[in-house]
Amino acid sequence: MSLLWYLIAIVILAIPFAAMVFLPINRSKPILLVSFLIFIVFMYGPMLTMGVLSFQGPFGSMTLPAKDLGSLHWFTELRSDSSLMVGVRDGISKSLWISLVVAAITALLSLTLGMAFRRQFRGGGILFYAILLSLMTPGLLLSLGLSFLLYYIGFDKGQGILGYVPIIGVQAVWALPFGFLVMMSVFNRYDARAEEAARDLGATSITTFREVTLPLIWTGVFGAGLFGFTLALNEFERTFLISGAINTLPLKLYIITSSSVLRPYVYSLGVVTILISFLLIAVFLIVSALTGRKKDLAIEEDDGGSMDASALQAAPSGD
Amino acid sequence: MSNTGLVLKDVYRIFPGNVTAVSDVNLEISNGEYIVFLGPSGCGKTTTLRMIGGHDDPSSGTITIDGELLNGVNPAKRPITTVFQHYALFPHKSVLQNVEFGLKMQGVDKTAREEQAKAAIDLVGLSAMMDRKPRELSGGQQQRVALARVLVTRPKAILLDEPLGGLDRLLQMKMRVELRALQRELGITFIHVTHNQEEALSMADRIVVMGDAIVQQVGTPEHLARHPRNEFVAKFMGDNNVLHGKISAASGGVVTIDTPYGKVEADGTGTVGEEGAISVRASVVKISTDAVPSINGVKVRLDFAEYLGDSVKLHMDLDGKPFMAKVHEDRYAEIRAYEGKDVTATWAREDGHLLEQ
Repeated sequence: MSLLWYLIAIVILAIPFAAMVFLPINRSKPILLVSFLIFIVFMYGPMLTMGVLSFQGPFGSMTLPAKDLGSLHWFTELRSDSSLMVGVRDGISKSLWISLVVAAITALLSLTLGMAFRRQFRGGGILFYAILLSLMTPGLLLSLGLSFLLYYIGFDKGQGILGYVPIIGVQAVWALPFGFLVMMSVFNRYDARAEEAARDLGATSITTFREVTLPLIWTGVFGAGLFGFTLALNEFERTFLISGAINTLPLKLYIITSSSVLRPYVYSLGVVTILISFLLIAVFLIVSALTGRKKDLAIEEDDGGSMDASALQAAPSGD
Repeated sequence: MSNTGLVLKDVYRIFPGNVTAVSDVNLEISNGEYIVFLGPSGCGKTTTLRMIGGHDDPSSGTITIDGELLNGVNPAKRPITTVFQHYALFPHKSVLQNVEFGLKMQGVDKTAREEQAKAAIDLVGLSAMMDRKPRELSGGQQQRVALARVLVTRPKAILLDEPLGGLDRLLQMKMRVELRALQRELGITFIHVTHNQEEALSMADRIVVMGDAIVQQVGTPEHLARHPRNEFVAKFMGDNNVLHGKISAASGGVVTIDTPYGKVEADGTGTVGEEGAISVRASVVKISTDAVPSINGVKVRLDFAEYLGDSVKLHMDLDGKPFMAKVHEDRYAEIRAYEGKDVTATWAREDGHLLEQ
């Protein structure tokens, strides 16, 4: 019986591809549109459901259908003084701070690594794969291994400010390959001739970096940092066994979902964290729109202006 | 300080892997000269320019300007600046900020450097676009910004790497004249690299033809056009016919070469029995239906007459090899009647030019 379901699923998946290959474009378009809409519903449906369910009244349910829609009850609940909510808010603020630090570290390391990889250097290939390796390492095992190591060296997990170090460490290692790949693609498209011109005109390496390089790539650096922030904000596996008493938001949510009766406040919490991420992305987009990349104005190839011989009198005379 | 200009002495550049990019370059460039380095890609011209600019270092040999040794001197410390291929403007800075950059690096204070930068922008005719970003300018305007950006630092010499490469043909023609006029007015040495013969001939005081990592010939445009030293230069300058053969006589300052197409004579000296070659410019070749003379004349088939406006270029076939002639446009109608037929190409002895082997 289950085999039949697999076959049906495969046929449904195959329809848009078959349409693309065998039908003329105007005939295949509606089919593709429908499959695209299915895909969108699949991707954003759960998020939308969560959004809807978070606006229920006090007797709201955990599943559809929603009850007493249009209430902010579960959002105000987030601000209550119950020990649960105090813990959640504590988790949010810890996660925000940790994520900001991870973002800064990711941005800085991605920038310096990107700069380094502009040239060939010995061991570069090995380093490249070593960085990407953290994408493939199973997070929970990393956490387990590190927790044993911390125990072995006598490190007190989750104690004081030092307790944050391993958390920030594993999260930065996790986020680094993403930021690194962002910077690699930035430098791939980067035109180094402007730097050569700057040095030719008397700029030192540091001045060239400040005046030319950084202004041209900083949106990439910011993007690498943004990756660091969102990945750290959602990081669970790697943090799980090494955080000790420090409960980040994902850890707190895990504890709640596994140990207490769930109420729709988890949905409103989800909405709030998504809004935080959206806010950051919006800031990023606004700032990059303000600083760069205005679309090319219409250019007439020659405006009739010319190098004016009468202006030559004012020319610097090489003495 | 002496006024000896830019001197390259025994300059070599050998890249890792024993690739010789530049070999045995000796050049003396006077201050205020317009020099064009001409050659096919990979000939070493850009490497030579980069060594002068300080973006590369000679493997051996010296480069001096007015007696000062430039080897190992940082590009920024040289009284020489480069207009890079594709201009390399700072895309995030306005025209004014681009132009004042060099002065800012020299520590010139803000009001003074703005004033000088504005004068330089005025000089290249872009005063109305001071606050635009490079991407809001046309190719020709970007070129001018690049020029203003180097002029403002008052260098002794300006290096231009394929400066007209990115422009369309009409704008190229215009910029040729403008660049040349600007250079004459300023009296600064311009060293310009190109692979375009026409551009080199029209702009240079002297042309340095490079090929296979060495300097093949140095001379005025006229001299190069009339007296190519060897086959490389003759062929690269274009519109030259080269005929090979064995030297059969050499006396009284005249050399006779037996080619597969007949005997040819040219002024010069040589050794009987050795290989010899002459080049004949397309524009000195005369076309007629007369009998082929016993010397300095060949029978060719006219394939195609190309009308060039002020002249007609004849593409002909000399026993399977191309042969060229250029005649006045008056003769276009007459010449076209010969298409597909055999004609006689002749030239005077003094128009044949003995090439170095």
